[in-house]
Formats: sequence, C-alpha cells, structure tokens
Amino acid sequence: MNTIVKYITLDLIKNKIIIIYTLLLGVISFSVLSIDSNSSKGLLSLLNITLLFVPIISILFATIYFFNSSEFIELLLSQPVKRKTVLLAEYSGLSTALCAAYAVGIGIPTIILTPSPAALVLLVSGLLLTLSFTALALLVFVLFKDKTKGIGASIIISLFLSLLFDGLLLIFIYSFGEYPIEKPILGIIALNPIDLARILMLLQLDVAVLMGYSGALFKKFLGSMAGSVYAIICMMLWVIVPLLLSVKIFRKKDL
Amino acid sequence: MIRVPVLILTMCLLAYVHAAARTIQIFPRQAKAIQGAINYAHEGDTLVIEKGIYNEPDILVNKKLTIIGNNYPIIDGGGKKQLIVVVHDSVYISGLQLQNTGRSSMTDMAAIRLQNVSGVVVHNNRLLNNTYGIYLQNSHYCTISNNKVSASAKDELNSGNGIHAWKSTHLMIHNNNVSGHRDGIYFEFVTESRIIKNVSTKNIRYGLHFMFSHRDVYADNLFVDNGSGVAVMYSKFVEMYNNTFRHNWGDAAYAILLKEITDSKIKQNLFIKNTVGIYMEGSSRIDVMQNEFKENGWGIRVQASCDNNVFEHNNFLSNSFDIATNGTMMLNTFNENYWDKYDGYDLDKNKIGDVPYYPVSMYAVVTERIPNAMILYRSFLTDIMTQVEKLMPSVIPDNLRDDRPVMKSWKLR
Repeated sequence: MNTIVKYITLDLIKNKIIIIYTLLLGVISFSVLSIDSNSSKGLLSLLNITLLFVPIISILFATIYFFNSSEFIELLLSQPVKRKTVLLAEYSGLSTALCAAYAVGIGIPTIILTPSPAALVLLVSGLLLTLSFTALALLVFVLFKDKTKGIGASIIISLFLSLLFDGLLLIFIYSFGEYPIEKPILGIIALNPIDLARILMLLQLDVAVLMGYSGALFKKFLGSMAGSVYAIICMMLWVIVPLLLSVKIFRKKDL
Repeated sequence: MIRVPVLILTMCLLAYVHAAARTIQIFPRQAKAIQGAINYAHEGDTLVIEKGIYNEPDILVNKKLTIIGNNYPIIDGGGKKQLIVVVHDSVYISGLQLQNTGRSSMTDMAAIRLQNVSGVVVHNNRLLNNTYGIYLQNSHYCTISNNKVSASAKDELNSGNGIHAWKSTHLMIHNNNVSGHRDGIYFEFVTESRIIKNVSTKNIRYGLHFMFSHRDVYADNLFVDNGSGVAVMYSKFVEMYNNTFRHNWGDAAYAILLKEITDSKIKQNLFIKNTVGIYMEGSSRIDVMQNEFKENGWGIRVQASCDNNVFEHNNFLSNSFDIATNGTMMLNTFNENYWDKYDGYDLDKNKIGDVPYYPVSMYAVVTERIPNAMILYRSFLTDIMTQVEKLMPSVIPDNLRDDRPVMKSWKLR
C-alpha cells in the first residue's frame, strides 16, 4: 500500500493544477493578511475563501483524478492486491497532496503572519474539509461508472452543501422560529461539514459573542471545549463514513 | 481707597479664626482613638490620623472637621461594620485607607457614608474591599475626587456599588478609579451633578448606572470591561461627552444602554469593541454626534420606540453590523455620517456620497427577527442575500438611511 501511496503522491505533487492551487492559496492569504491590519478580519476573509474554494476544488479535482486513474486502478487490481488497499491508497495519495497544498498555501502564511490559536483552527478545519470532500469524491467515483455523471454529481454535492443546505436551514429556522429549536439546529448543522468548519472557526474569533447574544445555547455549547470536540468529531465522521461506504461498495463493484 | 483697610481687617479676622482652629494628632494606641478625638474636638479643628491600623468601625463625624490621614492610616471594619458616617456639613476627609466593611442585607454597609449633608469633600482616599465604597444620601454640593475604590465582587446579590448616590444634587465626582464592585458609579434621583474623568473597570454589572437623574453631565470617563457597560435610564437632559467605552464584551453587554432618555446629548465618545455600542429604547430627542463606533458587534441598536433622535457626523468603522432595528418604522434622522461599508460614489466631488446609504444590513434584520439565524452568520448564502438586498431592497427599512454619507472619515480625535 505504501508504495502505491508514494507513487500517487509523487505523481500529484508534480501536477500543474496542484501547484497552481497551492500558489493561488498562498498569494491570496499573503495579500489578505498583509492588507488588513486587523488580523481577525484577515482570518475571516481567509475563512470565506476556505469555505468557498476548498470544498469545490477538492471534490472536483478528486473526482476527475479518480475517474482518470480508473485504468491504472484496474491494472493494479490485476495484481495480487486487495481492492480495499488499492482504493485506500488512491485516497491517501490524493488527500495527502491536496492537504499539503492547503497547508503550504494557507497554513504557512497564516502561521507566519498571525500566529494564534485561531490560525491553527483555520488550518485544521481546512484540512478536515479537504479530507472529507476528497472522501466524498471517492464515494462518487465508486457509485458512478460514467465520468460525466460523476462530475455532475460532485458539482451538485458541493453546491448543495455550500449553498442550498444553508438556505434550507434558514427556511427551517424561519418556519419554526417560535419553538425552542436550538438543539435541533445543532443536530442539523452536523449534517454539513462546511457549516461545521465555519462555526468552529467563528467561535475562535471575537464575533463569537454575536452568537451568544442571539442564542445562549450556541455560545454555551459550541463555545465550550465540548462544542469544539463535537464539531471536530462530526467532521471526522464526514471523512470516515464516506470512506467506509466507498470501500464497502467498491468491494462488490463490477469493474 | 477705603477698600484696602477692609481687606486687611478681613484677613486679620480670618487669621484669628484660623489660629483658633486646633490640630489634633491621633495615634493608634488606645481603643476608639478616632471617635474619642472627634468627641473632644471643636468645630473647625483638624484631625491628623497618624500611620497605623485602627480597628475602629462606626465612626460618627458630627462636627465640621478636617480629617487628614498621614501616609494612609488603615481603618478596618473587620468585615462586620460600617466605617465613617458623616452627618455634618463641610467635613473634609482625605488620605485614609478604609477597608473591609461588613456585608448585610439590612443596611448598605459603606466605607464612607454621607447623610443629609452638604459641602463635604472626600479626597484622595483608598477604599479597598468594601461592600459600598462612598455612599451619599440626600447630600448636596459634595465633591468626591481622586479616590481609588476597589473590591472583588463575585455576584450581584452580595455586593454593593463603588460610589453610590441617592437623592442628591450638585455632586462632583472627579478623577476616581472604581473597580470590582457591582456598579462602579450609581446615581438614583441625583440631579445637576458632574461625573468627570473617572475610570470605571471590571465591575460585574454596570460601569455607571444612572436612574431618574436629570441635568447631569458625564465627560472624559473611561469605562472598560464592565459586565454590561453603562446604563442610563429614565432621565432627561443628560450630557455625555468625550467618554471612552472599551471592551464591554459579553452576551448581554452594551457600551451604553439608553432606556427612556429624552433631550440628551451624546458627543465625541469613543465606542470600541463592545457587543453593542448604543442600545436605545423609548428614547427621544437625543443628539448623537461626532462619536466613533469601532469594531463593535452592533454599532447602534435603535428600537422602533425611539423618535426624533439625530445621528450626525459619526464614524462607523469595522462594526459587524452598523445599525440594527426591530421594526420598519424609523422616526430618527441619520445625516453626514461616515460608514466604512459605504460603496457609493461622489461624482460632483463635494465629499458627500451621491447615493444614500442604508446602514441596516439584510442579515441584521433577519437576526433581529429570528435570533437563531445567527448560526448562519458569515455563510456564503447570507453573504449572497446581503448583496442581493443591496441591489433590490425589500426587507430592510427603507426610511432608515443616510442621504448624505460622507466619503472620508471625520477627524474626531
């Protein structure tokens, strides 16, 4: 497995798109952080960029890459290796490359220019987002045979999670505003890794108090250690569950 | 020419009176040293309390005396009693360290209590760990200056106020430093008074609490890190100038809470990093001018119950929300403010933007109506909604607008 991971990672690090992605993130974070004198504001802008670009780029790039390497996977499977090993190796190689890109592009500038716990949380949530959206791409890859359909599905997933989900949640909050819905909201939020990343980050910044002002429960629960742990565990589930599902489906898939 | 002899005569008389006033030194040797000296002294005498520790509570000052501490002698209440009660006019108290009053639910235990007096001066004392620091009741023309009042209150029920004034007039509260009490400075039914250059920090409720107190001025004060900021309620003709409100930051914190205030002026204040800069409810005819609102959660929350207020020449910088309101009606005027979120243009170069600015953002309206929606703050969707609302306003109150937003921030300080 290690050999496969190594080859895929080395192959991807030389990939032009990954290099451009890294450079782009790096340029954005350097410019945002050096323009704004207020570091918390700079981190907020970087959070917006992370929430907008990381999911869609991760899932699209990963889906295309998986479909492109389907022949390579078939070739590997003709050798005496387990399907599970091959699939996980593909995933690890790709996610390592994407995570490295994010860590270099956003992580290094933020830690150099604004070393703070908030910068660390931004890095962690960005990495977890990359991991979960790559896992979702893997799930799309094992579910669909056709590349076009797969890419379409990826676009729908990322749009749904970054835009539509919040809209539905807002409608839900609007319709049931009269009821004590704080707890259901906390449950529903767990269904979207992007929202989890956003809240995890917001609670590290000053604006957290706005949340406390409107709903004491949000601040009390999410602002505590338990809340952060809850958010991180939910995000990890967003990595593990799609991975396990895709392994399970891939085992029985007719190639 | 006849005036000169009169003047000389007056001076001689004054010198004679002065010679008649004695100075009595007090040492901490015998019990009840201070009360004994007060009983022994005549009107107009000076008592000098020498350095030492006096475990002597319930001191009653019932003559016109000047009480001066030499090098901060300590008067300790042992956690049971009050310390000094002044019941005579024109008493001067200075240079004492008063500490550890008792705590009682029957009486408000104070380090210095002024009762039905006028012209009393409390100057340059240290008041540590008392339930109430200085307590004025029905007192007039008193000056409280340069005192350091501190305690470490834990909860609202078992604590008192730093400087507490009730039913008084013409007070001057100047240059005091109050911290760790329930309310830093508390005014109830106090009129025609001034609160100048005080520092009020880390009080668990309000830095300044103000009720039914008309025609008062507070200026050049600093309010930092108080549990809920400053509350001004049910008062008229209050003037607030040049104060700094910093980091009154928490779930229910305001820099200033205005409730039923009328005909007042709020000018040249600095509001920085507060949850809410100004919260207004049922207030009328207030001029809010030349203030700077910086990095607050909400700059101003104007409830729809406010009318005829004027907001002019203020700077709004880096607030999460500039203005929020709870209704669609708006009877207040916003004019010539600087808004850092304004993205209009100025074609005729008169330094005033050509299109009006709507300071209530769409999301502020949504969260005002449904506070739970705050969980979606800063999500991509809400950003899009705010932009759409800017192009086609439908939710925000369209009569809350600044018709003449200035292009450059005002130089206020």
